[in-house]
Amino acid sequence: MIERLGVMVRSQKVMVFCSVILGLLLLITIFAPWIAPHDPTLVNVTAKLQGSSLAYPLGTDHLGRCTLSRMLYGARTSLGSATLIFMSSLSIGLIIGLIAGYKGGWVDQVLMRFADGVMAFPDLLLVLGLVGIWGAGLKQVLIALIFVQWVYYARVIRGVVLSLKEQSYITAAKISGSSQWKIMMKHIIPNVLPPLAIMGTLEIGWAIMHLSSMSFLGLGVQPPIPEWGAMIHEGKSYIRTNPLLMVYPGLMIMLVVVTFNLLGETLSERFGLNIDNKEGRIK
Amino acid sequence: MKRMSLLQVTEVSYSYNFKMPLKSKNRSENVLQDISFSIEEGSCLGLLGTSGAGKSTLGKVILGIQRPQQGQVLFQGHDIYNADKMTKRKWRRNLQAVFQDSYSSVNPRMTAESIISEPLENYEKLTLTEKRKAVIFLLERVGLSEKDLKKYPHQFSGGQLQRINIARAIALKPMLIVLDESVSSLDRVTQSLILELLNELKADFGLSYLFITHDIKAAFSISDHLGVLEKGELIECYDSKAQFFESKHPAVKRMRDSILAEHPRHRSLTV
Repeated sequence: MIERLGVMVRSQKVMVFCSVILGLLLLITIFAPWIAPHDPTLVNVTAKLQGSSLAYPLGTDHLGRCTLSRMLYGARTSLGSATLIFMSSLSIGLIIGLIAGYKGGWVDQVLMRFADGVMAFPDLLLVLGLVGIWGAGLKQVLIALIFVQWVYYARVIRGVVLSLKEQSYITAAKISGSSQWKIMMKHIIPNVLPPLAIMGTLEIGWAIMHLSSMSFLGLGVQPPIPEWGAMIHEGKSYIRTNPLLMVYPGLMIMLVVVTFNLLGETLSERFGLNIDNKEGRIK
Repeated sequence: MKRMSLLQVTEVSYSYNFKMPLKSKNRSENVLQDISFSIEEGSCLGLLGTSGAGKSTLGKVILGIQRPQQGQVLFQGHDIYNADKMTKRKWRRNLQAVFQDSYSSVNPRMTAESIISEPLENYEKLTLTEKRKAVIFLLERVGLSEKDLKKYPHQFSGGQLQRINIARAIALKPMLIVLDESVSSLDRVTQSLILELLNELKADFGLSYLFITHDIKAAFSISDHLGVLEKGELIECYDSKAQFFESKHPAVKRMRDSILAEHPRHRSLTV
């Protein structure tokens, strides 16, 4: 057992490294309330803009809130939202992609032309536009990001379903008397999911980036809720005197996004998926 | 009154339509033209044809997967393309198939047990132990054993996997099995073993076969009747092998000439 683990660590260095970091992040996210030294929203103006000390390991911000605690709680908001975006857009994309690919004909045409319409806009522009209409707030940003995101899943799933549909085992299942529903659940979905899991790791990085940038612009998470993008936003007024206020959350975003992207790329290389290098998306 | 045939195909025509962009007319390609034949209960019709003759399309038309533009397919007296749900369910169970590529005919993520039990789940209400028993019986019937229950498709050889496909096809005790190039991707020895198995099953269960192939020798060893398909038309039908060898039709002659003699020195083929 230990021997095999050793072999795995040596042969899959990147994957093991990424998994360890993601595991640590997951622990932070779950145990934030227990490991955070202070309440992340507790204002203490007498202790504002302090450097690192024993009481405040990473110092305090302009309202005297503990930066470390805010970072730990921020992981909850950022990673939680990213997971939510991933799950929702995956489910929507899965349903739409399955219907489009399996049914074909005009249903496919309508759904895919709509997806094309969504894809025709640059992601950020569309999200900004939707949030502009609905107003700022975490909920609105989440919905906008899901709206932009599901099309990529739907596209990929439709493609996979189209090729699966021609496999003889689908014909064989029909001949065995299986219903369309059973064919979908037993034969198509289990064979569609593995490439999606890989795609998902890449897309989670994307979601965190966009969520943070929305918060940075003041459109996403509203104060005083801690979130990395929002922390950079709050810190930017003090860039000359306390640049670390921006650097810490910035580093966290970078770490998470890079880890997810590295993991996604290694996985897709291993399982032979085609990645568009310019956009980092799976075609 | 004439006894009703098990399968009666009447003047079936099928064509693939291609949508041509920017043109008002679609291009269509006739694959099958006015095909008529019938299969009696307990007999085997061998359908011979070269590549592109429309053999597989005909198989799919008979299996109820591709609706022909013209003609009728009657199975046990029911028109399979114009049947209500209940009748459809009934003939579906009596009409099974085994395809050429044994690997792509099974879901790579399913064990032999779940592959073979799929038709049973769809038609019969069995308890888990009854189902397991039925699957083991089928596995043993096709020459595999209980050990293979939990194996995945990649752990089988092509011949073994084809046996699993056959087990799945006979699971519901159907009347007719369409064998679409079922032995063509196997080596000669495995081929003859599978053909032997098919012959045994035919006798045991009173099965009928539609044996679609390009392989004349394989067709001879299993068929009671023969038909030759050429460019979408059923050109000739024979009740015996002798008739096939006496045929004067140029396409049949070409096919006959392509049979290799056992020893190269005896080859009659002139290229």
